[in-house]
Amino acid sequence: MSNVATKAKELLESKAVQVVIGYENGTNGVVRPAFITTPANATKLIYDERCVQNLAVYLTKHEVKHFGKMGIVATLPVMRSIMMLISEQQVLPDNIVVIGIADDGNILDFADMKIMQAHIGKSNLENPSKDQEKLAELNKMSLEERFKFWENEFSKCIKCYACRQSCPMCYCTRCFTDCNQPQWLPVQSNTHGNMEWHILRAMHLAGRCISCGECGRACPVNIPCHLLTMQLAAQTFNYFNVHAGISEDMKSVMSTFEPNDKESFII
Amino acid sequence: METIKKLISKQSLEKLYTTLSASRKVYAPVVAAAQRVEYKYNPAFADVTFEHIQSTLSVKNVVFPKVENILYYTNNKTDSTITEIDLTKIQEVVLWGAHPCDTAAYDILRSIFCWDIKDEFFAKRLEKLVVIGLACHQSDAYCFCTSVGLAPNSTKGSDILLSKLKSGDYLAEILTEKGNAIVTASPDLFEQSNNDEVVITEVKQKFNHEQVTEKLKTAFENPFWIENSLRCIGCGACAYICPTCACFDIQDETKGKEGRRYRSWDSCGLKLFTLHTSGHNPREVQSQRWRQRIMHKFSYMPARNKSLGCVGCGRCSRGCPVDMNIAEQLQDLEKLEV
Amino acid sequence: MSDFEPKVVAFVCNWCTYAGADLTGTSRIKYASNVKIIRFPCTGRIDFMLLLKSFANGADGIIISGCHPNDCHYTSGNFHAKRRWIMFKELMDFMGIDMKRITFSWVSAAEGAKWAEVVNTTVARVRELGPYVSYKKMVNTHIEEEVTNE
Repeated sequence: MSNVATKAKELLESKAVQVVIGYENGTNGVVRPAFITTPANATKLIYDERCVQNLAVYLTKHEVKHFGKMGIVATLPVMRSIMMLISEQQVLPDNIVVIGIADDGNILDFADMKIMQAHIGKSNLENPSKDQEKLAELNKMSLEERFKFWENEFSKCIKCYACRQSCPMCYCTRCFTDCNQPQWLPVQSNTHGNMEWHILRAMHLAGRCISCGECGRACPVNIPCHLLTMQLAAQTFNYFNVHAGISEDMKSVMSTFEPNDKESFII
Repeated sequence: METIKKLISKQSLEKLYTTLSASRKVYAPVVAAAQRVEYKYNPAFADVTFEHIQSTLSVKNVVFPKVENILYYTNNKTDSTITEIDLTKIQEVVLWGAHPCDTAAYDILRSIFCWDIKDEFFAKRLEKLVVIGLACHQSDAYCFCTSVGLAPNSTKGSDILLSKLKSGDYLAEILTEKGNAIVTASPDLFEQSNNDEVVITEVKQKFNHEQVTEKLKTAFENPFWIENSLRCIGCGACAYICPTCACFDIQDETKGKEGRRYRSWDSCGLKLFTLHTSGHNPREVQSQRWRQRIMHKFSYMPARNKSLGCVGCGRCSRGCPVDMNIAEQLQDLEKLEV
Repeated sequence: MSDFEPKVVAFVCNWCTYAGADLTGTSRIKYASNVKIIRFPCTGRIDFMLLLKSFANGADGIIISGCHPNDCHYTSGNFHAKRRWIMFKELMDFMGIDMKRITFSWVSAAEGAKWAEVVNTTVARVRELGPYVSYKKMVNTHIEEEVTNE
């Protein structure tokens, strides 16, 4: 039984939680989210390098909250998502138990959020290096080349909203795309409308994205939409010296301001 | 008409493609970046792949486009002037290299779109579609055509079915008048069929769909749906890439006085799909929506349309971000105690 | 090309820039007539969708203008706007959308002359850049290609 499974079994047996959200083996060599509600089933839980999906998306799902207190297997991005959700009042710290996973794969016991906060504070909060490379590559292109790149990518988008649904921070029960007074975005998929969708989603995630890359992974047609939100995550740090998801009570970057926020383009 | 068997060599295949592509719209599979296969209009033959197991998106869009205008209107002071779409402008499309699961899907779509009232848009597009299918000499673990009454070399829905031979040439089964018209237009490309062996992959049967349909009759309230849908994130990916999913939304887009009404793909997996203006949602939670997907395809459609709503292509399972593998779920369903 | 007159849309706040534009008029300062002004209560209310829709509907350039920091009628609206503009500009640039076509400014109710300058500079710059062809082309693509065929 993996370490994660042992920990989960403990938590379920002691009734500290009613469900543990973790990873299990799926079909054809993939891993997938697992929802363990009995100690006996805890043996299903695994953890290895394939386990990258951001599980925090389930913490705001009615069907999961319904079980009661939730345990969650959390790598660094998941921990940061949890912090973001707490800071935005979407999750109560008392309702969750975090089964932290360190970079070396060991279990981290977080007795409370302050300890998890300290762990996050010590960690590398930059965008993942392979994404940084891709961002650098795009930033080196000319304006026209970049436009062509994104125009081509968004011509493929089918507006399935897998990007939105897989993102822990897209928890709005009524997304702006669901409004028709006014109809902000076309309902159909067309290149222009798709671009508008992704631009606005990225803007709604500015200062909130913790760079898990889940949106890009979820996309069935392989659009690297995670690069948009990651670019803004990098710029949030660049301009405002803040990384998202670092503490329970961090101020919302785009809902607050410093009088001396620096810019060089407003005349 | 009775099936005619011919041989078409690799070189003749290229000539056939080039001839068709020169004068008609040919929708053929190409390898896009990162080993993904996409269908494109009139790619160069050198780019056309014969080795794909499956494309990411289905090819239902040739008869059921992602977005389709259904009328135009001009708003006057007191009423609107409607301009109908001229369906005679719809061009013929030759679908090249679609696997038997995809070709069989058109009949399923027809059972929906031409059920009691004929959908003129769909019907016209289907009338103008010529299908040159490609039997499967490869498959992967996601394929399950044999569990839904099909096979890797099923001729259902094809006008001509190509099957790879051991020699590298292709067997061409001419199945319909439409297919025959292509042969008679280029007769020298089609030779006498020899008895060379076809290379057809094996797709092991994973479940008995009749058992599944039977189980579903009494499985509506079973906790199976809740347990198996907890990880579903409620996106529309599976429905949009599915060759047999046919749900659509209708919207008006107006600019000033001019506007158009269109229909576009919709998915029952999305929460908004059944939301009423009162705020009530009969499928409030994901388990209800997941149940709907399976029941529609394997219970309601067999009962009402007399056909399954699934061709076993496996796209939904490959594309799902959280491994909602439909074949696995159906295998579990088959074993369910109801 | 020499007779191209850019279409510029200006999103301005009621209390400062709009009043400033009024002053430009009453001071009889002449400035380019290419601009269509849209009045908002505050720059903090400006949603980026409006800017994107402007380009989609034929604008070649955009001006966004409001009260100077510390002078906002609603105290902090323009501070929020400033943060958003910083992020929006970065995102637009990353997407390859031409930020040279957008001018952000603070123009107070007393700065009639400045308003004229902002408009004239923007119009001149956009005239130089030409019509926003690539964006318009993308918007029109869906009508020709995507809707009735693949």
